[in-house]
Amino acid sequence: MNPILMAILLVTAVGLVGAIILVVASIVMYVPVDERVEQITAALPGANCGACGCAGCADYAKTIVEDGNAVNKCIPGGAAAAQAIAGIMGVEAGSTTPMKAAVRCAGTCDKTGKRYEFEGLQSCQAVKGLYGGDGLCQFGCMGYGDCVKACAFDAIHIENGVAKVNRDNCTGCGACAAVCPNQVIEIVPAHKRKPVVSCRNQDKGAVTRKACSAGCIGCMKCAKACPKEAITVENNLAYIDQSKCVGCQICVKECPVGAIVVPANL
Amino acid sequence: MDSILSLASIFFTMILVDNYVLVKFLGICPFLGVSKKLDSAVGMSLAVTFVMVMATAATWPIQTFLLTPVDAVTGELKWDLGYLQTIVFILIIAVLVQLLENILKKFIPALYKALGVYLPLITTNCTILGVTILNIDNGYSFIESIVCAAGAGIGFLVAMVLFSGVRRRVEMAMPPKCFEGLPITLVSAAMVAMSFMGFGGIVQSIFGV
Repeated sequence: MNPILMAILLVTAVGLVGAIILVVASIVMYVPVDERVEQITAALPGANCGACGCAGCADYAKTIVEDGNAVNKCIPGGAAAAQAIAGIMGVEAGSTTPMKAAVRCAGTCDKTGKRYEFEGLQSCQAVKGLYGGDGLCQFGCMGYGDCVKACAFDAIHIENGVAKVNRDNCTGCGACAAVCPNQVIEIVPAHKRKPVVSCRNQDKGAVTRKACSAGCIGCMKCAKACPKEAITVENNLAYIDQSKCVGCQICVKECPVGAIVVPANL
Repeated sequence: MDSILSLASIFFTMILVDNYVLVKFLGICPFLGVSKKLDSAVGMSLAVTFVMVMATAATWPIQTFLLTPVDAVTGELKWDLGYLQTIVFILIIAVLVQLLENILKKFIPALYKALGVYLPLITTNCTILGVTILNIDNGYSFIESIVCAAGAGIGFLVAMVLFSGVRRRVEMAMPPKCFEGLPITLVSAAMVAMSFMGFGGIVQSIFGV
């Protein structure tokens, strides 16, 4: 017999026999799955981002049905998904606050510079490993785009050397915040008027000033001006507590370096 | 008596001297990936052992009777399709693992849950393919192959359990910053592997074969 033909026949035969065995096995040993698991999986966005704390959308659906997990944990799906799941499970949805990523760095190419030229693997993680990063400021966005690669929704891009969030696409899943080696990205409640401090520099004011003209120098002006005491300055860096902030934006006007910005306006 | 001795020698050789992970360097991926916790390391190793024995039991007859059958009268090969070994074996292992998953899901759901994601991962585990192919290469009989596969599986278990203990200590140590994480894990894996070189020849002198 032709050896080529024989080889083809043999592999096909083995494959066919295996396929038949598997088909029979899957029919004979069918395990009924709770149909709500499939319905909930269909109602979820299917991004498998892990923001709910489970290994993926299907896993989350399983924990809802089997372990009574909360129905409003899906951040990308938001209120719509929570409603849909609540409908399937027959429980109250509870409320979900939509979250958005905010980049806490304004050190664009014209505001700060580089200490050295990096010509290795184009990844923030790699650059960070080499003397703490190539920027004059070691706390800010390095602009090599680890967050861009991590984003499943095409919502974050590098513009002028700093990551910029497209809030229409952002679902607040936090994948970008998790990969950023400098923790530059913060997940904040999506509010139209509440500002964030777009700086992470913890050096003393004079040092920050030399590295970047947009950096927070820790002057405390915002903290004193805030009527709700939502702003604290720690390690020469202002921080706005989003739960206390009411969005009056006095701090935005007070800041001498313009480091406090409203993400929704960017 | 002789045959039992030789089987025992194969079994212990696979565990100590020819350990698949630490001496032959197969299956490094699960060795590094799943050895963080003791219970998952044991679960993965038991699944690997099980699939190894099953895969050997399935591939040995296929190699002997389908790929390279020997004519009983003349002692010559009827046909030689030995070069299809890798493809056919992978196919069989994949089917086997899938089948196993179905069976466990239906009849032993507790074990299925415990093994979790490790079971499908075994499909492309190189130790399984390595054991089945090396059994053929060594010219083992069917019984010898099964014993060898079981020994390889237990060897995998020993390596995983040992290394998960080592890793727990490594995690508490404070290596230099540049060694943190995977680098220090690889260094310690190399040391464990080196320690297994000390077992060379021990089985031969015990069993005298």
